[in-house]
Amino acid sequence: MLAASSVEMRKVNKYYGKFQALKDIELSIPPGKVTCLIGPSGSGKSTLLRCINFLEEYDSGEVRIDGQLIGYDAPNKKMSGRRLREMRRSIGMVFQQFNLWPHMTARENVAEGLIRVRRISKADADRRASEALAKVGLADKSASHPSRLSGGQQQRVAIARAIAMEPKLMLFDEPTSALDPELVGEVLSVMRTLAGEGMTMVVVTHEMGFAAHVADQVGFMEKGELVSVDSPDRILHRPEDARIQSFLRTYHERNSF
Amino acid sequence: MEWSVLQQYGPSLLKGFGNTILCWALGTVFGMALGLVIALIQRYAPRWVTWIVQAYIEVIRGTPFLVQLFVLYYGGPLVGLRLDALPAGLLGLTIYGSPYFAEIFRSGFRAVPDGQIEAARAIGMSESDIVRRILLPLGLVSALPALVNFSIILTKETVILSIITVPELLYQVQRMSAETFRYVEANLVLALFFWGLVETISRVGLRLEARITKHLIERT
Ligand SMILES: Nc1ncnc2c1ncn2[C@@H]1O[C@H](COP(=O)(O)OP(=O)(O)OP(=O)(O)O)[C@@H](O)[C@H]1O
Ligand SMILES: [Mg+2]
Repeated sequence: MLAASSVEMRKVNKYYGKFQALKDIELSIPPGKVTCLIGPSGSGKSTLLRCINFLEEYDSGEVRIDGQLIGYDAPNKKMSGRRLREMRRSIGMVFQQFNLWPHMTARENVAEGLIRVRRISKADADRRASEALAKVGLADKSASHPSRLSGGQQQRVAIARAIAMEPKLMLFDEPTSALDPELVGEVLSVMRTLAGEGMTMVVVTHEMGFAAHVADQVGFMEKGELVSVDSPDRILHRPEDARIQSFLRTYHERNSF
Repeated sequence: MEWSVLQQYGPSLLKGFGNTILCWALGTVFGMALGLVIALIQRYAPRWVTWIVQAYIEVIRGTPFLVQLFVLYYGGPLVGLRLDALPAGLLGLTIYGSPYFAEIFRSGFRAVPDGQIEAARAIGMSESDIVRRILLPLGLVSALPALVNFSIILTKETVILSIITVPELLYQVQRMSAETFRYVEANLVLALFFWGLVETISRVGLRLEARITKHLIERT
């Protein structure tokens, strides 16, 4: 079992100028569990996710990782860069666009954080990077640059880059949305393995199948509000809220033929 | 045409060409370095510092190189800055090129996708590591063609240094013309040398580009 973090969000608000992107978000993410976030485009899913590792600065409220406030030492007093970096070390993030560094090979991409952040020797870092790549099924691609990899392979390298840092929490922002349909499975299967190992995961996704089968809880967002957080069954199969029903109806119409 | 004068003036022309290359190379290197520093300041320094730097950029870009050289060489001594022609010329070239190089670096940095910087932040990399490991290498790649291009433009600016008596190629060519009245031959030599220099730089630039972008181009 991995050491796994919990996340607590209390009354989190976020503004872009006058526009309120997050409204009084209340969310508890238990350790070792998978939380999926769904909702229409522009509802604030990415913004919420990015507040958890403070890539997006929330304006008020609290985000706590294992009880520790991230981003601020006190209300309106930003945390030092060094402390923030320390907290981020144990939070992995995977992006829709992979965001691999194109001038580095797969192995270099994975080893970079180990060398620069964890201060591990180059040789050790290479060894661990190879292990992480093997874990996502890409042992044979470690010398390839991202431009020589398929989307699915690139995303698996990105996952390897995150898990090599031995995070206690993983954030996924639509990890399969940029992939051709036939490549979605390989990425989801890696994520399923991670979930099985007891990693705390927060996953923004449009993959309702993944949410239904892997998530422990599903949150539905609309217009900056976290409308409801509940079991996958109650959100996806027996939703009471009309907004969720209408969202799922649109989803099913689009995905049937 | 009378090419025999070239025998007599060959050595001084070659020396002039040597100085031209020297001024160009050092002026380019220092100008790039200063431009890089300016671009990093523009990206990371507090607002008021960037305003000062922006003012410097506007002033240098808004005035002719010739005027800058005059101010530096003839005005410098008035404030205690007494430089020989060659160092003054080098300093002038460095200053003249820096805002253009800064702009080139700035747009090079802008071409690095935010996501790749965010990915580095997300694993806890420090800003200085992000600059050294991600922003600089990737920014340089996108800036390279423009850097080479502006270096080529700078070769031709070196002739202006003759006005403050830097003994570069144009200076020698003008001396030869004045002493022998062989204007056509002298200027043909000038053209030929510059053509060779520019051609060499652009070829080296293309090679460099091909080499460092080899891994970056998407497989199709
Ligand atoms: N940097 C920004 N500046 C201004 N507005 C922003 C910014 N980032 C996001 N927004 C706005 O905030 C709202 C929420 O955006 P967010 O990216 O969180 O939505 P999302 O639920 O992730 O949508 P999608 O499914 O399309 O990714 C949107 O209306 C968006 O336009
Ligand atoms: Mg999003």
